[in-house]
Amino acid sequence: MSERKPTFQEIVLRLKQYWGERGCVVQEPYDVEVGAGTSCPETFLRALGPKPYRTAYVQPSRRPADGRYGDNPNRLYKHMQLQVILKPTPADVIEQYMGSLEAIGIDLRQHDLKLEEDNWENPSLGAWGVGWQVMLDGMEITQFTYFQQVGGIDLDLVPAEITYGLERLTAFLQGVDSVYDIEWNTGVKYRDVRYNDELQYSVYNFEVAHVPTLWKLFEIHEAEAMRLLALYGESTEKHRFPLLPTYDHVLKCGNLFNTLDARGAISVTERVAVIGRIRKIAVMVAESWVEQQAAVDAGASGAGSEVGEQAA
Amino acid sequence: MNLLLEIGCEEIPGWMLPGALEYLEKSVGDLARNRQLGDVAFQMDATPRRLVLRAEGLLEQEPDSSERVWGPAKSAPPAAVAGFAKKQGVTFEELEVLSDGKVDKYSFVRHTSGANTLDILAEELPQIILKTPFPKTMFWPGKGGARFIRPIRWIVALFGSDVVSFEIAGVWAGNESSGHRKLGAARFPVTYESFEARLRENFVILSADERRARIQAVPTKYKCDNELLETLVYLTEWPTPITGSFDTEFLALPGEVLTTVMRYHQKYFSVENPEGGLAPQFVAVTNTDGDPAGLIRLGNERVLRARFNDARFFWDTDQKRRLEDRVKDLANVTFQAKLGTYLEKTERVTDLAFTLLVHARANGAPVSEQDLKDAKVRYAFGEDKSEFHAVRAARLCKADLTTELVKEFTELQGVVGGLYCAFQGEPEEVSTAVYDHYKPVSMEDSIPRTEAGRVVSIADKLDTLRGCFRVGLIPSGSKDPFALRRAAQGIVKIAVDGQMRLPLRKLLGDDAALGEFFLERVKYYFREVLGYKYDEVNAVIASGWDDLVSVAERLEAIREVRPTGDFEPVAAGFKRIKNILKQAGGSSSGHVDKGLIEEGPEAGLYEATTAAAERMPSLTWREKVQTLASMRPYIDRFFDGVMVNVTDAAVRRNRLALLATMLAEFSTIADFSEIVTSGEK
Repeated sequence: MSERKPTFQEIVLRLKQYWGERGCVVQEPYDVEVGAGTSCPETFLRALGPKPYRTAYVQPSRRPADGRYGDNPNRLYKHMQLQVILKPTPADVIEQYMGSLEAIGIDLRQHDLKLEEDNWENPSLGAWGVGWQVMLDGMEITQFTYFQQVGGIDLDLVPAEITYGLERLTAFLQGVDSVYDIEWNTGVKYRDVRYNDELQYSVYNFEVAHVPTLWKLFEIHEAEAMRLLALYGESTEKHRFPLLPTYDHVLKCGNLFNTLDARGAISVTERVAVIGRIRKIAVMVAESWVEQQAAVDAGASGAGSEVGEQAA
Repeated sequence: MNLLLEIGCEEIPGWMLPGALEYLEKSVGDLARNRQLGDVAFQMDATPRRLVLRAEGLLEQEPDSSERVWGPAKSAPPAAVAGFAKKQGVTFEELEVLSDGKVDKYSFVRHTSGANTLDILAEELPQIILKTPFPKTMFWPGKGGARFIRPIRWIVALFGSDVVSFEIAGVWAGNESSGHRKLGAARFPVTYESFEARLRENFVILSADERRARIQAVPTKYKCDNELLETLVYLTEWPTPITGSFDTEFLALPGEVLTTVMRYHQKYFSVENPEGGLAPQFVAVTNTDGDPAGLIRLGNERVLRARFNDARFFWDTDQKRRLEDRVKDLANVTFQAKLGTYLEKTERVTDLAFTLLVHARANGAPVSEQDLKDAKVRYAFGEDKSEFHAVRAARLCKADLTTELVKEFTELQGVVGGLYCAFQGEPEEVSTAVYDHYKPVSMEDSIPRTEAGRVVSIADKLDTLRGCFRVGLIPSGSKDPFALRRAAQGIVKIAVDGQMRLPLRKLLGDDAALGEFFLERVKYYFREVLGYKYDEVNAVIASGWDDLVSVAERLEAIREVRPTGDFEPVAAGFKRIKNILKQAGGSSSGHVDKGLIEEGPEAGLYEATTAAAERMPSLTWREKVQTLASMRPYIDRFFDGVMVNVTDAAVRRNRLALLATMLAEFSTIADFSEIVTSGEK
């Protein structure tokens, strides 16, 4: 191995390569804004139901409240997660994970790796799991979770979710104190690529965002999700019903909520209620999705699609 | 024979390990006892990746047993007897006729040979393992699957040299263990005898004591923190401490902040300098065999630097807005969904602190509405507000919840507020009160250092209790999500240790459930924390617990006087008096008519009671209890020589009145009929 430290993009490419070789569908980022890779349909919906699935993808994750105008060396409005889903979980999942660290040049014999209890919960998605934060020489580099429930539904097959914080991991490997000093590609710093994002979105989220407009958007997306879910309930062609576009509106609500929250526009009494509203449509999509896919699978398994549809 | 059971698991949260070991030892112990498998000695061990049970002295077989099986009576029809024999699988000839004590019956003795221990273990161990009571379990590989704390990845189960054959979630028990994740082999065979040595070869130290000793062997003098030490003992299989350092410029940050970052966020020990302050060093405990290239130290130093930079950044950002200006921002922080915001709480706590302060200053004397009004006027218009530091502190005490530093280091709430108060020029009494107002966080913790701190702490806890009970958030069983027991306990401890005479029942409000809940905590505190006997506590509390300082004083007085010979007999006499009065119903009220008192024992008791009544107001509690004990001869003589239930109604009423008067005279101390005397035990 060369002495040169890997760049940000090399780390991303090597991890994708590594997991691709282990049966993962290497996906591209989802094109609707999310707060975490978990919210993407590739995780949220694929975790449901009895079908095995493996995927890996980078997800830019937006957390408006964490923005610091590009001033703070460790906090970002938007950071990059590498999300890996292994459903069902292979028995050697942790060994495989450790292999991925070796693959990006971390000689684990020379470092200190610990798995410390850290359970995960996302109330607006009705999802929770148990797991660890993975600490490498005292730095949290990965969140490892065994999902138990998604959309309020107990999972048929428990997936392992491995979420790498790519900026931290790279800062660790490159030995830099500020994420902005990370080499994205040789000669190009993270600052060169991302600083404007951080500055301008912080200004927007904290100072400029028009609160009544954001609320209006929230209500539009919520109403559209509700309208679609009602249509699904009445639909006689459930197998082709657009639940995936419905879920996009749920994601839109999530991001608008986060932006409103960062803007300080959500009072305490509203807060719990708004989370409840998002959760409600997320759970309805999850339940409909499980039902729809079960019907589609029953149809595909040759028993006759009519039977499957009636069962739905 | 020996049994080795190793449950190999993905990393188990360390704090759950001791409980799991205790359960496993008890369960396998119960199994050995119930199946008569011998006198078994256990050795229990755990690392994050394994729960290990070693047992010695198991029999190879359950003992044979025999039991007599009873059938139909001798007089039963032959078909019934034949049916019995057939059902039991014996021939008619094997039956004998015996009396079962009443009737002659057909019967026989069934001999059962004991099962092999190996088979018993194979059948029982999986259930025992899966029933381990972890606080939060997971299922895998899917719903309806096995439940454990984390997935089980290997199992060693050896009885002697035989593998105990069973399976859990697809993992078969065998003779192969697994070493340290990076330094050891993934799989290697073990025997009972070689187990610990084989683990050691593979960089796993099985003994928690030995791991602890390795952590403590670091040459750097670090601050001992037993809780952190135990966390690290159960977070590592091959612990090796390393010492790192940080830039002295960070020492400009408050020590509390540095220590919290190291302790709670990084699990580092902090290091003392010779003067007892913080040295710019830390001790981290790695789960590996050393750090020859210094990479681990460098990594940890870099993480700590980032953390400290964050803290400094937060500190600087927070100074842009004074705590005073942040109070109104508490409108955006929820206290509890049903109880509104921290701003509303702050207003209630400030109000309560005011009331508490006036009561505390009155030191047990009654406080009128006018007193409160006067104080409010002084507070509003007075030049010198120094007597109201507690009220100021109450107003500011929650404002640090809006600061970046507390959002990041929640365990420092209160402390940060106190530090910011001091930094922003609040009087020392105010900053100390804010700093201390979460105290005591446990019964071992100290109470706030100042009167203002005690007032704010009680006001905060009292408000939480009143609010939660009002909206029905009442603790039940082990569920106490708002730590209300601790809050109530904290109030009791502050009132008693801090010598604060407060009308607590009035302050608790008229919520009966809260009153009952609080009283339980009062009793618990005096019994379990201060060690008073339960009957003493019941007796004293029956005479009122509004003022806990008085409760403590009365208990102390009784504890001192009780060993003297006269106390318990008087208590027994009081019980008798109480019964007599109870039977007499309401006819014991009214004054004692001196003219109706008979010479002799009755007059003796009357005079002793009158004399005592005159002296009582000027006596200490101890002297009062001594006075009570000194009543013994008069009470004894009265009961020996005087009939209460005489036919003359006036005399009877007068005697009852005498007894009632005496009882009332001492009832301010305790209800002595609650004392359990030696005759009753």
